[in-house]
Amino acid sequence: MTTSRRALLAATAATLATPRIAPAQQAPGVTANEIRIGSTNALSGPASSYSVISRALTAVFKRQNDQGGIAGRQINFIVYDDGYQPPRTLEQTRRLVEQDRVAFLFNQLGTPTNSAIHRYVNQRKIPHLFLATGADKWANPKEYPWTIGWQPSYRTEAQIYAKHILEQKPDAKIALLYQNDDFGKDYVNGVRDVLGPRFDAMVKLASHEATDPTIDSQIVSLQSTGADALICGIIPRFAAQAIRRVHDIGWRPLMFMTNVSVSGAVVMQPAGPEKGIGLITSDYRKDQSDPAWANDPGMNEWRDFMRRYIPDGELGDNNYTYAYGVASTMLQVLRQCGNDFSRENVMRQATNIKPLDVATLLPGVKVQTQPNNYNVIRQMQLQRWDGRSWVRFGGVIEGANV
Amino acid sequence: MEGLAHQIIAGIATGGIYAAVALALVMIYQATHHVNFAQGEMATLSTFIALSIIQAGVPYWLAFLATIIVSFVIGVVVERVLMRPVQNAPVLTHVGVFIGLLLIIGNGTGWIFGYTTKAFPSPFSSEQPLLGGLVSAHELGSTAVTLGVLVLVYLFFRHTSLGLAMRAAAYNPRSARLVGVRVGWMLALGWGLAAAIGAVAGMMVAPVVFLDPNMMLGILLYAFAGALLGGIDNPAGAVIGGFAVGVLENLAGAYVVGTELKLTVALAIIIGVLVVKPSGLFGRVVTSRV
Repeated sequence: MTTSRRALLAATAATLATPRIAPAQQAPGVTANEIRIGSTNALSGPASSYSVISRALTAVFKRQNDQGGIAGRQINFIVYDDGYQPPRTLEQTRRLVEQDRVAFLFNQLGTPTNSAIHRYVNQRKIPHLFLATGADKWANPKEYPWTIGWQPSYRTEAQIYAKHILEQKPDAKIALLYQNDDFGKDYVNGVRDVLGPRFDAMVKLASHEATDPTIDSQIVSLQSTGADALICGIIPRFAAQAIRRVHDIGWRPLMFMTNVSVSGAVVMQPAGPEKGIGLITSDYRKDQSDPAWANDPGMNEWRDFMRRYIPDGELGDNNYTYAYGVASTMLQVLRQCGNDFSRENVMRQATNIKPLDVATLLPGVKVQTQPNNYNVIRQMQLQRWDGRSWVRFGGVIEGANV
Repeated sequence: MEGLAHQIIAGIATGGIYAAVALALVMIYQATHHVNFAQGEMATLSTFIALSIIQAGVPYWLAFLATIIVSFVIGVVVERVLMRPVQNAPVLTHVGVFIGLLLIIGNGTGWIFGYTTKAFPSPFSSEQPLLGGLVSAHELGSTAVTLGVLVLVYLFFRHTSLGLAMRAAAYNPRSARLVGVRVGWMLALGWGLAAAIGAVAGMMVAPVVFLDPNMMLGILLYAFAGALLGGIDNPAGAVIGGFAVGVLENLAGAYVVGTELKLTVALAIIIGVLVVKPSGLFGRVVTSRV
């Protein structure tokens, strides 16, 4: 027993001591028949409902591998659980980079979690691609050239709402209710982008903390300013409270709600569906429950993928249409890479995507990047609550150029 | 001026929430001389239990009663199983257990019932909003319930021998034991009652703020400020303190410090009371003869 353990230890030590020198021309994480990609997601903990995204991404890569992979190489997608805790995200990301030696990182979940590795990946010059978060800070090519988001940022969304208000009521008085953190402040910045010097005169602000039990006081304050438009950058629990309270006090502003807080089951039903009639939000995805897409080729492509690769997946969960869109973008970048999967070239291709249609995105909404503009999706379409469902109206609107 | 009146009314409505939870905090303090940090999480768990019972088709008030009984049992079991072994341990050990309970119950609730926000039914409904929509029938009804619970607590502690025995067990366990009070069971009873009152508070709060596993996280802090302001050993004081914190917080947020510092107001109240008048506005000053 002792000798065999000793032998094992010696063998292990010998293996570890052997320098693992990769050929100089070889890019990290890439061999003749494999491309290794790393990611983290909340596979456990409070945000674990997002874990289906990783599952769907893995399935899309599997389909690609079944069809021959990329440039003759199979994609090896490694996902670790961070439980939505930033320290664990850093730990797992270091594991991906330093032990697994992945070529690059793709679609890691969450704003606080990605913030924890933002500096690390940029110092090590590792492509940190198409993150699953809507914060605006990922579009900062000057200071963080190796990080890029994907979905329209909260700031772009706010720009679109402000543009719509100016179109409808050029002299509107705007009330803005936001959560006092990065998420909420993106809405303030977005409205400021559009209004510019008129911001201070036209907008009244009220913030709240995530720990506040209610936001009644803020709503009363905003109503008393005489505002006739209201933009809300708040999480679902407060969204339900706000919709109900604004209705109950008889305030009838042109009201906009962040698209993270418009779920029928989580926000509109608790608030009372009739109290939210006229509420406006926006989306960039095709809603799979919308009959307009029943025979849409793009959505049929997605349904076919779901049937073959995720047969037990919940078809109503829009994380799947999100994942399909972001994975399509990733595959496009890999195809553009040709045969050069070095980190420099992956980043170059990721920031040079010509306007691209994606199966699960609304018609007119394009995926595109330029080296000086990291906002991947810049357009959205408005939709209004009719008491039962969201109804799209108007054309696709693009955020401001800032 | 209209704005001021609206802020005050909205503050009273929110204060009703704090008052209900503050009352539960005072209850456990009366019975055990500790402040249970897991009080909010226990109340949230009870509220989820109530929602499950209601969704199973049981009428509201029957579910209300059933939840109170279940919560009472949970409270007693927690004391018997978890607190009993550390009964004579230092206060720091108790704090450790409370924080452990907070994490276990909070995450357990999320694990069992999920993290999505849910609507909770109210037994008090009104056709049209009252006072210009600032106060709902539910908020009036829940304030009445809080006051009702307050009266019951008062009568229980002042006018029943069981209440007297419980107070004795908390204030002076050794003497109480010498005169024949079963101190261990009195503590368990105190935990049960506190859990039951917490359940009532949870069921009254949930229709306003919506139910999720973190529902009580922010509320508990304000409730604690209210309980301290009124006097942590005085149920009536805690209720008044809860309402006062609701109004103060709104007025300070709207006119003095701005909404960004509303939470700070609650913390300032806690520290201010502890520094200036530790017994609170209505609390009894404890002096001990040496």
